[in-house]
Amino acid sequence: MITQRAFEEGVAMEIGKTSPEYFDACNIIEMNEQDMKKLGILKNTNVRVTSESGQVVVKAVVGRQTVYPGLCHIRQGVWANQVVPPRTQSTGTPQYSGFPVTVEPAPEEKLKTALHLVQGAVGMWKGEE
Amino acid sequence: MPKVYENVGCPYCGCSCDDVRVTVSDDGKKVLEVENVCAIGTEIFKHGSSEHRHRLPRLRQPDGSMKEISYEEAIEWTAQHLYKAKKPLMYGFGSTNCEGQAAAARVMESAGGCLDNCATICHGPSFLAIFDNGYPTCTLGEVKNRADVIVYWGSNPAHAHPRHMSRYSIFPRGFFTGKGQKKRTVIVIDPRYTDTANVADIHVRVRQGHDYELFDAFRMVMHGHGDDLPDVVADVPKEQILQVAEIMANARFGTVFYGMGLTHSDGRNHNIDIAISLMRDLNKVAKWTIMAMRGHYNIAGPGVVWSWTFGFPYCLDLTKKNYAHMNPGETSSVDMAMRDETDMFINIGTDAGAHFPIPAVQHLKKHPWVTIDPSVCMASEISDLHIPVCICGVDTGGIVYRMDNVPIQFRQVLDPQGLLTDEELLNKIADRVDELNAQGA
Repeated sequence: MITQRAFEEGVAMEIGKTSPEYFDACNIIEMNEQDMKKLGILKNTNVRVTSESGQVVVKAVVGRQTVYPGLCHIRQGVWANQVVPPRTQSTGTPQYSGFPVTVEPAPEEKLKTALHLVQGAVGMWKGEE
Repeated sequence: MPKVYENVGCPYCGCSCDDVRVTVSDDGKKVLEVENVCAIGTEIFKHGSSEHRHRLPRLRQPDGSMKEISYEEAIEWTAQHLYKAKKPLMYGFGSTNCEGQAAAARVMESAGGCLDNCATICHGPSFLAIFDNGYPTCTLGEVKNRADVIVYWGSNPAHAHPRHMSRYSIFPRGFFTGKGQKKRTVIVIDPRYTDTANVADIHVRVRQGHDYELFDAFRMVMHGHGDDLPDVVADVPKEQILQVAEIMANARFGTVFYGMGLTHSDGRNHNIDIAISLMRDLNKVAKWTIMAMRGHYNIAGPGVVWSWTFGFPYCLDLTKKNYAHMNPGETSSVDMAMRDETDMFINIGTDAGAHFPIPAVQHLKKHPWVTIDPSVCMASEISDLHIPVCICGVDTGGIVYRMDNVPIQFRQVLDPQGLLTDEELLNKIADRVDELNAQGA
């Protein structure tokens, strides 16, 4: 898994992280088409991504910027950071790229908003679960 | 009569474009038009005159809601908590001017805390490599006017630095590069076929996390051992390695721009270290330079300001009172958060709530959390106190350092309408902490 910047994410971030634009820009995982077929994942359906430090539900897409089989990408931001391991190899910089994850189909599960994820993680979320 | 400001600086990425044209309403409160700027920069200027901006600090109430308070109350709240905290941490500064960064240094020196900037989670490993191995770099103007070979390694400017290719590297026509893109060779080394790779002459698809091996292979070629290379290194065929090495060795002036693909992946500072060593090899036969693709318009600023103030660019521990200490891994924000070593967190000019790994956010949230930022963001929405301030380059001017460490004077285009600048706010907090220290002494 890698997590990096995207133009759409940058525009949406400046509009506001609670905006629908940010929600649409960042809660996706870009995967290789062969991997999606192998894992039984249909395009534009939700998947559960699990790493050593957490899990998150995002929408699987075949990105314009293609990845090779075995590699996937979530744009930097709230959804990506639910699974980014905080280990830093004593440099201060977390493992934002190059960490193992499991991706499994979760078409029935709902996507959470950025506020839900972050406030929920620190026990402050008061909206619907 | 609307007023037009020329040569305004854009407060988004490390390109720090300073040719923006902004048209402002006659009362100075609304941005009417923005030209010469990417879509991301446009949103920042539009946000400056948004009706939804908070213009007063907000303090979280026992029921979880936020209540507006005065700046004076917010300054007192922050100073009192800083005075009580044993090891407060102030982190951020991607979106502040140098004047604010200098005032922050004053606050944390008085409070005896830790001071860190966004480099800690992006180009911090670059600093570590540069300390060890030097930095054969240049300015972006030199790239524009001289470079005939451009390498983007682990960076994707088409998305992260939208005007980098058109202003500085691939497309512009310079003094010795009059034919622009036609006479430049562009090489992109990235595990993804990015939109930047789409405009390159050569895309080298390296295996994620194996960049060090590929650098090593290029060094072997430069040292005359190309024949000994295995058939494939880091998923890259030997023929392509030899082809790229030949282009690099024959460059009149080359520049490697590298990004998070190297600093976020396995190897971290070692990837940068060997990249710099490759530059040393190449400079025996050609002219080569290297530059970090700094992410924010003034994230080079705290490195410069704090280096001349304390001797270190980031991960500063000022709790020792009479000397500064820096040791990434020990004094870096995420590591301190994960070890629960801080007892107060000030997020300024960034959004740790969105951009730190969530376990680090959970640890930091156990203690008082202040967010100093013009916008509503994830950090502001979980903080105990949110203090809105001016946007540098929009409501206030100031000095910023571009990604090549060239200082640029940013300009104010909007009336701040009562908002304090980072510098004004932080100096008031530092004054109050000094008073409390004097009373306690």
